[in-house]
Amino acid sequence: MHSLTPITALGGTAPRVDQVAGVTCTEITDLALASVAARLGKEKACAKALKAVLKAAPPDAGKALLAQPFSAVWMGPDQWMIGADFATHEDLAEQVKATLKDAASVTEQTDAWCGFDLAGDDVRPVMELLCNVNIRAMTGGDATRTSIHHLGCFVICGDPQSFIRILGPRASAGSLHHAITTAMASAL
Amino acid sequence: MIINHPILGPRDSAEFTYLGDAAMIDRPDPDTASPQDWHDYAYLRDNPAGTHRELWWHEGGDRSWLVITRNTLTHEISKVEIARDVARKMGRSK
Amino acid sequence: MTQPNRLAGGQINRDAPLNFHFDGKAYQGYQGDTLASALLANNVRLMGRSFKYHRPRGPLTAGSEEPNAMVELRGGARQEPSTRATTAELYHGLMAKSQNRWPSLAFDAMAINDRFSTFLTAGFYYKTFMWPAAFWEKIYEPIIRKAAGLGSLSMKADPDVYDKGFRHCDLLVIGAGPAGLSAALTAGRSGAQVILADEDFAMGGRLNSETLSINDAHADAWVAHSIAELFAMNNVRLMPRTTVIGAFDHGIYGAVERVSDHVHIPDEGKPRQILWRIYAPKTLLCAGATERPIAFDNNDRPGIMLASALRSYANRWAATPAHRIAVFTNNDDGHRTAIDLHAKGVKIAAVVDTRLDAPFSDQYEVLKGAQVIDSKGRLGLTFAELRLADGSERTLECGALGVSGGWNPNVHLTCHQRGRPTWNDDLAAFVPGGTLPPGMSVAGAAVGLFSTHDALQSGAAEAKKALGIKGRAAPVPKAEDAPVTQTPFWYVEGCSRAWLDQQNDVTVKDVKLSHQEGFRSVEHLKRYTTLGMATDQGKTSNMGGLAIMAELAGKAIPEVGTTIFRPPYTPTAIGAFGGRMRGMEFHPTRLTPSHFWAKERGAVFVEVGNWLRAQWFPIAGETHWRESVDREVKATRASVGVCDCTTLGKIDVQGTDAAAFLNKVYCNGFAKLAVGKTRYGLMLREDGIAMDDGTAARLEEDHFVVTTTTANAAKVYQHMEFVRQCLFPDMDVQLISTTEGWAQYAVAGPNSRKLLQKIVDADHDISNEAFPFMACANITVCGGLRARLFRISFSGELAFEIAVPSRYGDALMRKLMSEGEEFDVTPYGTEALGVMRIEKGHAAGNELNGTTTALNLGMGRMVSKAKDSIGSKLSERPGLNEEDALMQVGIKPLDASQKVTAGGHLMKATGPVDAAHDQGYVTSAAFSPELDSMIGLGFLKDGGNRKGERMRLVSPVTNLTVEVEIVSAHFVDPEGERVRA
Repeated sequence: MHSLTPITALGGTAPRVDQVAGVTCTEITDLALASVAARLGKEKACAKALKAVLKAAPPDAGKALLAQPFSAVWMGPDQWMIGADFATHEDLAEQVKATLKDAASVTEQTDAWCGFDLAGDDVRPVMELLCNVNIRAMTGGDATRTSIHHLGCFVICGDPQSFIRILGPRASAGSLHHAITTAMASAL
Repeated sequence: MIINHPILGPRDSAEFTYLGDAAMIDRPDPDTASPQDWHDYAYLRDNPAGTHRELWWHEGGDRSWLVITRNTLTHEISKVEIARDVARKMGRSK
Repeated sequence: MTQPNRLAGGQINRDAPLNFHFDGKAYQGYQGDTLASALLANNVRLMGRSFKYHRPRGPLTAGSEEPNAMVELRGGARQEPSTRATTAELYHGLMAKSQNRWPSLAFDAMAINDRFSTFLTAGFYYKTFMWPAAFWEKIYEPIIRKAAGLGSLSMKADPDVYDKGFRHCDLLVIGAGPAGLSAALTAGRSGAQVILADEDFAMGGRLNSETLSINDAHADAWVAHSIAELFAMNNVRLMPRTTVIGAFDHGIYGAVERVSDHVHIPDEGKPRQILWRIYAPKTLLCAGATERPIAFDNNDRPGIMLASALRSYANRWAATPAHRIAVFTNNDDGHRTAIDLHAKGVKIAAVVDTRLDAPFSDQYEVLKGAQVIDSKGRLGLTFAELRLADGSERTLECGALGVSGGWNPNVHLTCHQRGRPTWNDDLAAFVPGGTLPPGMSVAGAAVGLFSTHDALQSGAAEAKKALGIKGRAAPVPKAEDAPVTQTPFWYVEGCSRAWLDQQNDVTVKDVKLSHQEGFRSVEHLKRYTTLGMATDQGKTSNMGGLAIMAELAGKAIPEVGTTIFRPPYTPTAIGAFGGRMRGMEFHPTRLTPSHFWAKERGAVFVEVGNWLRAQWFPIAGETHWRESVDREVKATRASVGVCDCTTLGKIDVQGTDAAAFLNKVYCNGFAKLAVGKTRYGLMLREDGIAMDDGTAARLEEDHFVVTTTTANAAKVYQHMEFVRQCLFPDMDVQLISTTEGWAQYAVAGPNSRKLLQKIVDADHDISNEAFPFMACANITVCGGLRARLFRISFSGELAFEIAVPSRYGDALMRKLMSEGEEFDVTPYGTEALGVMRIEKGHAAGNELNGTTTALNLGMGRMVSKAKDSIGSKLSERPGLNEEDALMQVGIKPLDASQKVTAGGHLMKATGPVDAAHDQGYVTSAAFSPELDSMIGLGFLKDGGNRKGERMRLVSPVTNLTVEVEIVSAHFVDPEGERVRA
């Protein structure tokens, strides 16, 4: 076991939690991520191998697979972001690559992203101040990439009213967190 | 503007980056093109007041390059295509 | 406190009195009042001074179209100039000041302008301040700005915040009058997602201001019932206090919600306003209509207002400007004012109706075929001068006069995409034209359907149509259905100083002058007279001006046309457009993984793109940045330094064609790069100009990690995706950015290997033999953490770049510092980095400036002719390859104490100093601790053959001339022995 102690994207040693009224915003620190992009001509093989990993078909455009131990979000044509628990899958990219082999290009993305879970009574008014997704038309399992305060983010819908996961660029975690918490104070 | 993404449906143009004339896909063949062809490719762009085919990049989305047929006077968008498909149809490959 | 002009009834809450101040004097109003209604109730008619002539003015209207009653609201940093008293919602503690007057509203010294009005007519500025030209900027303009102008700014930062937001709906209904409510009910009951927005704080539109009946009861009841029904629907969003300010492309609407304007100070965390972007495939405009005045001499006295406004004040706010009023009208609607105010106990002096067939009343005197020709009263109306049908004149005593010239549909939003309204002869008004913004339809008074029945009916019908709702329509509530015709009557014959545009002090005479002087198109008329400019954009004045111009030109009004309506519909605070993007939040900030550590070390940060990078790390005793930077450079070159270079763009390039792909985007070759090796790469634009540079490390046969410059990371990624998707769509290559995923540190200096050997796990041999210059590898550090090691050098020293997953970056930096103590390890910032790369002669952003080629950069031979790559063909063209082409050189002052500045130009040692004799320019300059002199990099014509030449470095802008010597750009270790050590 190596001797380096990690810090969270916000610079803390533990996930940051903010609460306004009935909504909490929790920094995500336990998520390992790896991007999977099918090699040209091996799209079917990639989808098939991915299905074996995910135990479900990889999500279609605009969708996410919210499951354990592996989750997945559609990123682009024949491209997905795979998620898993960090504690057990810190080497997620290696694990996935070992399964997908030449069918896909796999890239570690764990620390390229920061994340915040918005949960509570009604997160929709908060989302309306953050980005242009039609939050009221979303259903669980919808996922989209869009801009939040000029940051390219994934908005993953667990439940449109009570649970949204936001993944954004890690280096801007502070700016994203500021945007989310000011929107919470404003909307709630 | 709203761009009706072929895969993702209607998206706000704020998510996109504009590049310009879709003629940029038509890069000259390095084996046969004349200096004039290269000059025209690098420097000449149509800028019509009317229907125009343009390259847009879905930077804030799925990172697809799109070819969008747009009326520059009314902003009406009559066609949206995946640029990769367009390029292939034009005979581009490797 | 008494409110002498308060009437009975109204939609005000008399149980909630509100104290407020106007011009320092205390008053009381009620919840539900606007500032204007409360002032009128307190018998204050005078609320401001006019723009040019400083004439006393009171409210003309009771809504957002108000040209006159503009005040400075609030105070201190929250002071808001030119706020319409007619829309400012009263709150407890409200403070307002009149503006554009000195020393006081009642006595305004600048009112002298009014006496000289003959000279101040349209075009006055253009004609008077023409000569001498030099006087304009320094003398005329400041004087004019001081004299004119309206409210003043606080000159302090706005302490409040503004938000931006996004909402979606199937149908956006703009305006919550009878048409809008009816439409929202129809749409809402169908289950559609509906947004109903209204600029007022109370929904109901004109129904709030009239005494109309719906379903045989007062319309108030229907309004309240409708709002309650809509409120209960989950699919309907009610947005009061929300002005839809613009109709943009493809069903995107801008709307400003005034969240906290009606409270003293916004609640903690709450925005003052929200700028909503509303996505609405279908929109129904129910914006109603605006009453139009009739121009007559001195028609601008406080107390003279639109007849509908008098009615609004009386019915909705139970306030009247005076207890004896008159009405001047050319239509039946004006009579409603007399009827309603009479019913409230206000004395009606007379109704002056221009029509000989005006309706009779047994409640008040009707003067048929009569006109108001002038008014009297110093700071407010006292008498109206009339000309009766028989030509005789009569003086009518009244403290207020309601004027009605008919109604104009509010077509503005229908024209925001350059649509033009069309003329309707029956209404003598413009109505929405044929080309509306896609998805928009119009109902109610906004489309010229003025009766309540028509509004209710058309609102429901248009909503059904827009949403394709099937089935039989619900019955339209019973309401008045009087036919409406309007005959044009714009101004009283013979009038001259009759005000058309009260906000800009434009009179009938000014329009005549404009015509006389040839400014006859509506657009010219607007610019020449300022008719229809400023905050109200001519909502009450444009039609009158057009009509008079049409008459003078002998044309019909539609031939003259209208000016183009543009967003925003009403004035919008800049703050709303800025939203949260202010100060440090102007754009997102990117922090490097060692940021928190660097902050602890007291680093000075610099913004590079969105990144905050440590610029230097001052230590105790250092008072000048140069001391810190020189120390960091010396320490690195003497032993070892560490710099956070995470900000360089990192792009993961994978696929069987990865090498072939890099061969396309870089001008130099990558196909033969061995696994475990890194290569410098230069990227060209297709026109042959250098775009970016970086390194590509081959980690596997089909896997490269490419770096870009910090500034170009996003652009290069976009370019690479373009090349991949659009130019070579069948290459098997996949790209993804990993910039933020890895904390990357440059460890540079003769002891860098020794330091890293303490960090890198023992099973990875990083000796010079096992891990030579330009090697790369996946390794582990600190007992098993995955990491990447690259032996590359920007500083010119033996150097490595080491990367670990970002979350461990902080710990790795701390580890490097503690393990490096024995070598006096020194963290260095971007300044020292810059100094060392200049000393080494490495090109950076200053050199890759969008005009330079590989040849200019001394890398002409790198452009491979063995393969095709982006830019390779056009880099061969003769114009970029002339014999005396600019070449990168080093520059050193003859006198080491002299300054070298970037941006300076190189001239021969003797001869003229001008552009024709320009030999080149300096791109980068720094003090070199190594040479104990300032040095520079630059581009010089035929620079490759001019080493040793003495030249002059000149900067006429800073008055600098320095004698310099042209030297090799590689000031330090030109043979590259250190990097290979």
